[in-house]
Amino acid sequence: MASRKLNVNGVEIEADDNITLLQACEQAGAEIPRFCYHERLSVAGNCRMCLVEWVGAPKPQASCALQVKDIFPNKDGTPANIRTNSPVAKKAREGVMEFLLINHPLDCPICDQGGECDLQDQAMGYGRAAFNRFNENKRAVEDKYMGPLIKTIMTRCIQCTRCVRFATEVAGVPDLGATGRGEDMEITTYLEKAFSSELSGNVVDLCPVGALTSKPYAFNARPWELRKTESIDVMDAQGCNIRVDARGPQVLRVLPRLNEDVNEEWISDKARHACDGLNRQRLDKPYVKKNGKLVPATWGEAFAAIAARMSATKPEKMAAIVGDLAAAEEIKALKDLMLSYGDVNLECRQDGAKVGGGPRQSWLFNTTIAGIESADAILLIGANPRWEAPVLNARIRKAWTNGPVKIANIGTPVDLTYPVEQLGGADVLSGIADGSHAFAKILKDAQRPMIVVGSGALARADGAAILHLAAKIAGDSGAIGPAGTPAEGGWVGFNVLHTAASRVGALDLGFVRGHDMAGILGGGMEFVWLLGADEFDMSKLGNAFVVYQGTHGDAGAHRADVILPGAAYTEKEGLYVNFEGRVQRTKRAVFPPGDAKEDWAIIRAFSQVAGKTLPYDDRDALHQAIYKDALTFKDMHEAPAHLGADPAVWGAIGKAGPIDGKAPLECTIRDFYLTNPIARASETMAECSRIFVSGAQQMAAE
Amino acid sequence: MSLRRLSPHQPERFAFSAQSKTEVDKWIAKFPEGRQASAVIAALWIGQEQEGWVTKPMIEEVARLLSMPYIRVLEVATFYTMFNLEPVGDHLVQVCTTTPCWLRGSDDVVAACKKHIAPTPHTVSADGKFSWMEVECLGACVNAPMLQIGKDFYEDLDGPTTEKLLEAFRRGETPKPGPQNYGRVSSEPAGGALTLKDPQLYNGGYSKKTPGAES
Repeated sequence: MASRKLNVNGVEIEADDNITLLQACEQAGAEIPRFCYHERLSVAGNCRMCLVEWVGAPKPQASCALQVKDIFPNKDGTPANIRTNSPVAKKAREGVMEFLLINHPLDCPICDQGGECDLQDQAMGYGRAAFNRFNENKRAVEDKYMGPLIKTIMTRCIQCTRCVRFATEVAGVPDLGATGRGEDMEITTYLEKAFSSELSGNVVDLCPVGALTSKPYAFNARPWELRKTESIDVMDAQGCNIRVDARGPQVLRVLPRLNEDVNEEWISDKARHACDGLNRQRLDKPYVKKNGKLVPATWGEAFAAIAARMSATKPEKMAAIVGDLAAAEEIKALKDLMLSYGDVNLECRQDGAKVGGGPRQSWLFNTTIAGIESADAILLIGANPRWEAPVLNARIRKAWTNGPVKIANIGTPVDLTYPVEQLGGADVLSGIADGSHAFAKILKDAQRPMIVVGSGALARADGAAILHLAAKIAGDSGAIGPAGTPAEGGWVGFNVLHTAASRVGALDLGFVRGHDMAGILGGGMEFVWLLGADEFDMSKLGNAFVVYQGTHGDAGAHRADVILPGAAYTEKEGLYVNFEGRVQRTKRAVFPPGDAKEDWAIIRAFSQVAGKTLPYDDRDALHQAIYKDALTFKDMHEAPAHLGADPAVWGAIGKAGPIDGKAPLECTIRDFYLTNPIARASETMAECSRIFVSGAQQMAAE
Repeated sequence: MSLRRLSPHQPERFAFSAQSKTEVDKWIAKFPEGRQASAVIAALWIGQEQEGWVTKPMIEEVARLLSMPYIRVLEVATFYTMFNLEPVGDHLVQVCTTTPCWLRGSDDVVAACKKHIAPTPHTVSADGKFSWMEVECLGACVNAPMLQIGKDFYEDLDGPTTEKLLEAFRRGETPKPGPQNYGRVSSEPAGGALTLKDPQLYNGGYSKKTPGAES
């Protein structure tokens, strides 16, 4: 790639032709203030805060909009002189700041952005102190309605249009726009409709001032009061990196954390705003059912009741079901505990997905999230990534934006925010497999084709057959390429998209044994241990003795005979494996409420009461035990490198069988905002569901 | 300039007439496939020619026609002041109030409009025949003050002439466009030309023989 020399503040650097002057200056170590520029959005160049001096140019230059290749050397051939701290640049920035502040209200003391406001910080750093020559009244702008998550105070808006560009480019939901012009320019949605994106909360982070702030968090706390804990999101299986902000015993908000390989810097609205569910409907003490009624009990009573029942039950009549939010620690402990009773049934696929067993690649998103960007053909089978993993959907959209990618969907048509060719129902699959369908050729011709099997396909009765056929299509179309990571030239285009944060970890630990979900629910089980499992029809448990270990008074707790209060993902350290197979760790931000304890410790304590003491006394010993089951847990933070085209691996995925072409192939998620006990306890999520999901259904029905 | 919002009084629906539709299609065809959105200004303008102003159903119809989100069309409609967002009368009176016109007495023209049409701009007169608005420079400063009715300029105005003009329109007449005072033609000096009157300027009388050249 071509590059040229620049002299930035006396430092000579070699800058790539294709980057902007702003990026080049940053490479040279210069700090450039900015409002409208954002590296993940298109360049707007309208705030003018990034002005720098190019010695010899008649005017200061907007460094965000000037490409390095447009900068020519001085007449004598020496590199162009760029000054970011010269009197010219300083004066230009002071002028811009003065203009921005003409109409910006002086309401910082009552503004939620106060303390983490770009305008505040940059006015301190680059403005003129205690200086104002504008005595006119400030402009006032009417506040707009943008939905249940975004609070607007539009007088504060400096019209950087970051939110408009995010909505259009990243979220792919072009609901936001700037109407009017000049001083009367206003950011709004079309006639005050709610911003209907699953990623809408990110515009609050992007807003450099306090114009768009978080509605549920309004007037709750100041940033300097908050205890910040870096953690992992479990609302979907992507493992988005988050920061949990808490004050005292309460989680007040969740913000995204930068991780280029996973979530860049976005998180979904569920990850961000379900946190108020952590404080509602919590199980804070053990309960035992007496005379048909759950009454509070001590840990000892609860353990005794369970131990008595377990020792009186035949192992084949015992089952344990892992819920969607469980960490690897408690999954491992529960597995060891159950197995110590003998030949029990273990199940981690509440939705009945026909995945697990066989090679590990058969349940991973092998391409990796970052790898999506190099794909040139994508086939979705029974997947709705917009609801199953919104941030992943933004990545697919990014791939579509950046290059020619052909995307097709088999299953119920859905709006994924980018153009998708709708191929039809499950009956199309065989056509693609034998090469008679037109899209088979597209996959074959593609350099890096990708196939994504979603929960909608796996949860069907013929899910294993679909999985097998999908793996066959992947193999035949050259989607299984050389070994290694995509960066090294490796490529595996076969992917399974999970919706549950616990799923891959549980499959890695082998929490699949005996009867599957249908077998457990119809098999006359006498004892069932639910580890936060709420997503199935509890009435099918029959007369079984049910232990519910979890956080919220949801479906499972209502059915339970004994309740053991556990810790939510913000209250414990836990290993979670995302759908790529990437192992990440949550950290404790607050303590569990009341008597609730960390889940693995509950199981460990119970094992002693039951006389089946588990051989680990602390987390380190437990981790060693986990490594014995699955060495993959040792590789923290990395997605596994691809093994390459080993037919023994790819041929053994799923199970060949007939496919019902007529049965619907659609996402198993009925309501994006209410997929787990925490989200169902959240008032914010209920409001979102009412407005976006129920409202949309109403409109569709009209 | 003022805040531009959609009118609270909106018609139920909008449809392009067959003739307007042909016009719009002509504009859409001018742009390459996938770039139909470029025809948005033309489409809104043709819609405004048809209805007199830009309505909410029109914005939505244009958006559907050009496969654009509604908000993108709303942005364009609110950006350009040439799009009327309020209902207009049969005759839309646009009074220039930029500096040259204002110095030459556009206040009197505005006062006449207030008296004869409606006290506030963007308001349809009681008989539905007129509405008026202030506009920025229309580029006829030599004949200031001036106003535009429909597509014609009426220039060299003062209060009484404006009133007469509006009365004539109200009677259904169409006064001759151009200067209304001083008896001048277009932007010539009042009372006839003062310079460049010498006929020799035009008959070659001042031409010089080039030395040595044969006639």
